[in-house]
Amino acid sequence: MKEARLGEFEEIILLLVGILEEQAYSLRIAEEFESQTGKSVSIGATHSTLDRLSKKGFLTSEIGKPTALRGGRRKRIYTISASGQKALIASRELRTSLWSQYPALTKFTFQV
Amino acid sequence: MSHHKNIPPKRAASLLKWLVRAELTEEVLGDLEEKFHMDLNQYSSFRATLNYYYQVINYLRPFALKKTISMTTMNYSMYKSHFKIGYRNMLADKWYSLLNIGGLALGMAATILIGIWVYGELSYNQEFENYDNIAQVMQTQTFSGEVKTAVNQPMQLAPVLRTIYNDHFSHVVLSSFINDQLLSVGEQNETKISRAGNFMEPGIVHMLSLQMVKGSRQALEDPTSMLLSETTAKALFGSKDPMGQTVRIGTGMEARVGGVYRDLPQNSDFADLTFIAPWELLNTTANFEERLGWGNNWFQTYVQVADGADMAKVSTLIKDAKYDNIKDEGNFGAQTRPTIHLHPMKKWHLYSRFENGVNTGGAIQRVWMFGIIGIFILLLACINFMNLSTAKSVKRAREVGIRKTIGSLKNQLVLQFQMESLLVVFLAFIISLLLVLIGLPFFNDLTGKTVGIPYASPWFWLLCLLFVIITGFIAGSYPAFYLSSFRPVQVLKGTFSGGQGASNFRKVLVIFQFTISVILIIGTVSIYRQLKHVKERPLGYDKEQLVYVPINDPEVRNGFETIREALLRSNDVKEVAASDVLITGTFTTNSGFDWKGKDPAMSEEFNTLRSTHGFGEMIDWEIKQGRDFSRDFKSDSLAFIVNETAVKYMGLENPVGEMVQWGTMGPFKIIGVVKDMVTRSPYEQVRPTIFTLHYGRFLSFINIKLANEGQTKEALAHIEKVFNQYDPKSLFSYTFLDDEYAQNFVDEERMGKLATFFALLAICISCLGIFGLSAFIAEQRTKEIGVRKVLGASVLSLWRLLSKDFVTLVLISCCIAIPIGYYYMSIWIQDYNYRAELSWWIFASAAFGTLGITLLTVSFQSIKAALNDPAKSLKTE
Repeated sequence: MKEARLGEFEEIILLLVGILEEQAYSLRIAEEFESQTGKSVSIGATHSTLDRLSKKGFLTSEIGKPTALRGGRRKRIYTISASGQKALIASRELRTSLWSQYPALTKFTFQV
Repeated sequence: MSHHKNIPPKRAASLLKWLVRAELTEEVLGDLEEKFHMDLNQYSSFRATLNYYYQVINYLRPFALKKTISMTTMNYSMYKSHFKIGYRNMLADKWYSLLNIGGLALGMAATILIGIWVYGELSYNQEFENYDNIAQVMQTQTFSGEVKTAVNQPMQLAPVLRTIYNDHFSHVVLSSFINDQLLSVGEQNETKISRAGNFMEPGIVHMLSLQMVKGSRQALEDPTSMLLSETTAKALFGSKDPMGQTVRIGTGMEARVGGVYRDLPQNSDFADLTFIAPWELLNTTANFEERLGWGNNWFQTYVQVADGADMAKVSTLIKDAKYDNIKDEGNFGAQTRPTIHLHPMKKWHLYSRFENGVNTGGAIQRVWMFGIIGIFILLLACINFMNLSTAKSVKRAREVGIRKTIGSLKNQLVLQFQMESLLVVFLAFIISLLLVLIGLPFFNDLTGKTVGIPYASPWFWLLCLLFVIITGFIAGSYPAFYLSSFRPVQVLKGTFSGGQGASNFRKVLVIFQFTISVILIIGTVSIYRQLKHVKERPLGYDKEQLVYVPINDPEVRNGFETIREALLRSNDVKEVAASDVLITGTFTTNSGFDWKGKDPAMSEEFNTLRSTHGFGEMIDWEIKQGRDFSRDFKSDSLAFIVNETAVKYMGLENPVGEMVQWGTMGPFKIIGVVKDMVTRSPYEQVRPTIFTLHYGRFLSFINIKLANEGQTKEALAHIEKVFNQYDPKSLFSYTFLDDEYAQNFVDEERMGKLATFFALLAICISCLGIFGLSAFIAEQRTKEIGVRKVLGASVLSLWRLLSKDFVTLVLISCCIAIPIGYYYMSIWIQDYNYRAELSWWIFASAAFGTLGITLLTVSFQSIKAALNDPAKSLKTE
C-alpha cells in the first residue's frame, strides 16, 4: 500500500529536490537543508529519506557525472516525478485549506 | 603525516564499504568525500575527519545496509522480546540473578581497576613530547667479576658526548640527583621549605618541553637564576610575583627566580622535579672541577638524540666514550672496563633492571603478572555465569523445546541467549563501575599510585563497551550453544536430564576456578612468609630509639662537638655521633685499596662508613676481634674496623694489625673486626664494609641515641631546641632509623596486600559460584533426598552425600595448583638473596584453607536440603 501523505521533513526534502534541479544529490540537498532551515542533518538521514520517497514513487533518479572532488565517483541526481508533484500540491492545499478555516490565527500572526 | 591530511579516513571508508549495499557505495563515498573537502576548507583536518566518521555512522540505517546484516541485526521486535524474556527470567529467580550479577560485577570491577593501573604503568613518562628521543646514559663496570650497571657518571662525560659525538644529540644534560633541598626566601629566611629538585644543565628545559607560566626557559642558561615549578613558587611566595626574587638553596647557594614552569606530570620520573637550579651553580659552589676526575661517578647524564638518529646505533657508538679517556692513565677506573650505553626513556620505568650488563626487565613483570591475574579473575566470574546458566538449563529446556517446535532456528536461539547474557553483563558492568568508584581510593592506597577513572576519554568508554561485549560473549557462549542444541522431542517428552556432558564441563570449570584460587593463595602466603622472614632478620645492631638529623650547613659540621655537648646535656639523650651515611643504607662504595697479599688483578669495591667516635658503641655493634675506635688513641685517625665479610673478601688470616693503603691516604691499620651487620637492603647478602673515623666534610647525618623509651617527646623537644639554636639556617627535621629501615619493606608489603586482595577476590568469586551450583544440585535432588530420608538416612550422611562431589573437585584443584604454585614461587623467591625457602606447610595450609571454605559454602546448602521435611518435598507432585 502506498502512503500518499508527506511528513514535514519529507515535504521539505522533496521541495529542495525541485529547487536544486540538476544539483539535487544527497550531499547538496543536505547542505541546502541546513542553509535554508538552520538545522543540521546528516547525509545519511537525507539519503534515507530520498530512498523512501523514491520507493513511494515521488522521486526518480539517475546517475550523474563524476568529479575530481568526489574521488572520481559519480553522483545520483534526483528529480520529482509526476506523483511527487501531485503529493506536494495536495499537501499545500490541505494546509491552505486548514489555514483559511482558522482566521483568528491568521490575523494574529499578521499582527505580529 | 602531512600527506595524509587531505584524504578521508580510510578505516571509516572501508567500514562503510563493508556495511553498506554495494550499489550505494559509489554515490555515498562520493558524497562523503566531497563533504570532507568542504569541511577541510572551513575547519581543521581533525574536525573534518571527525565529521566523516559521524556521517559514516549516520549511514548505518536499514535502507542502506546490506541485506544479510539488516536481516539478522535489525529485527527490532525480536530484540525487544529477547530483552523482555531475559528480564523476566532474571526476576523469576532473584537469588540466582543476584549471585550471577554480583559475582560478575566483582570480577569486572577488579579487572577494570587492574586495567586502569596497567594503563598508568604503560603510559608512564609518555606525556613528554620528546618521549621517543630522551635517554639516560648508563655505565657498566666490572668489580672483581661482578658486573654492575648504574646511572652514575663522571662529570667529564657530558662534555665529551657534546663535543665528539655532537651530531647525534640535540641535547646533552649533565645533572646531579633529585634531592630534597632547603629553599628559603626573605631577609631573615622567614619562609623555609624543603622541596625536591635538581641541579641541571640548561638543555633540560627543552628536553622536557617545560611549559613556562612565567619567565622563559632560557633563564636556566644564566648560572645565577633558577626555575621553580608552579607549586613550589606558590609555596615560597604565595600570591606574590616570584620573578627576580632571590632563593637560597641549602645554606650556601643563592639564585634568582628566572621562570616558573607548570608542574611536571605526576605519572613520570620527573614528578619530583619541583625546582631546577643551574648545574654551574653547584659546580662552582662545591668546587668540583678542582677535585673530581673520571673516577668519581657522582652524577647523571641525560641526552636527547637528534631527530632521525637511531637510538640503538648511537648507543653502540658511544660505548667507549669513558674508557677511551682513562685507559692510558692505567688507573683503577680502567680496570673496571667501563662501557656506557643509552637507556631510552620508554624503558626507564618498566625495564629498569640490569643483570650482567644486560637489560632484563623490571616492573614490566609486575604489569604482566597483574594483567594476567586480572584476566583470570574475570574468567572466574564468567565461569560462574556459565555454570549457573547450564545448571539452570533444565528449567529452561521446555522453553527451548517449544520455541524450536514453533520454528525457531538454532541461530536465533543462540542469539537469544547471547542477548540475555549481554543484559546480565551490562547490569553487572554498571554495578562494577560503582564498585570501582568506591574501591578506587583503597586501590590507590594499595598500589601507591594516584590513578583515576578517565571519564572524559572516549577511548575509555569505547574500551568499556568492548569489554562488556567480549565478557558477554565469553560468559554467554557456552550456555547459548548448549541450550540451543536441545532436541525438542526429548525435552518435551520429559526424558531430558541435562546431560552428562554439561555436568562434566561444569566440573572442569569448577576445577579451573579453584586451581586459580589455590595458586593465588599459595602466592600470598609465600610472599608474607618471605616478608616476615626478612623482617625478623637479625641486624647485628640496635636501631631502636635512634634518630637522625641531616646536616645542611657546613657550620654544623665544624661545630659538631659543641652541638654534641649541648645535646648530651639532657638526660634523655644517651649518645651522639655523626656519620657520612646511615647505618641502614651504606650506599657509599670506594675502591683503590691495597693490602698485603692482595691479588693484583682484583678490582675491589668496599662499602665505607665514616663516622665520629662512639658511633659503633651507640648502635651497639659487636666487636669480634681487636677493639673499637677510642678517643684515647690519637693514632685511630688512621685506623680501620672491617666486618667479617670484608675479612673473607680480603683473604686475611689475622686481620687485626694488618695495614691497608687507600689511594694516596694511609696506611690505615686494621684495629678490629666487627660482626656482620645488615647495612643495606635486608634482602641482600652483607657486603664487605670498612668503618673509619672522620671529622671532615663528608659528615652528613647526626645520629642521636635516646635514653629512655618513655621520654621520647621530651628528648625530641630538647633536640629541636638545640638545633634551632646551633643550626638556625636549616629547617629542623628528624627521622627515626626504625622508619628509615621500614622503607625496605614498602614494596614487598604492597605486593603482599595486593596478592591478598586478589586471592580473596578469587576465592570469593569461586565460592559464590559453588554456592549457587550446590543450591541447584540440592534442588534437583529434592525428591531423592526426601526418599532417602524416609528410608532412614541421617542428616550427616545426606550432608556427606551432597558435599562429597565438591570436595573431590577442590582436591583435584589442589593437586593441580600445588605444583604450578611451587614452580612459580620458587622462581620468584630466587630474586631474593636472603630468603625463606618454600616449605610444605604453605601448600598444605592453602589446600586446607580452600577446602575449609568450600565445605562451609557447600554445607550451607546441603544441610538446608538435608533438614528439609520429606513430607513436603515428596508432596510436590
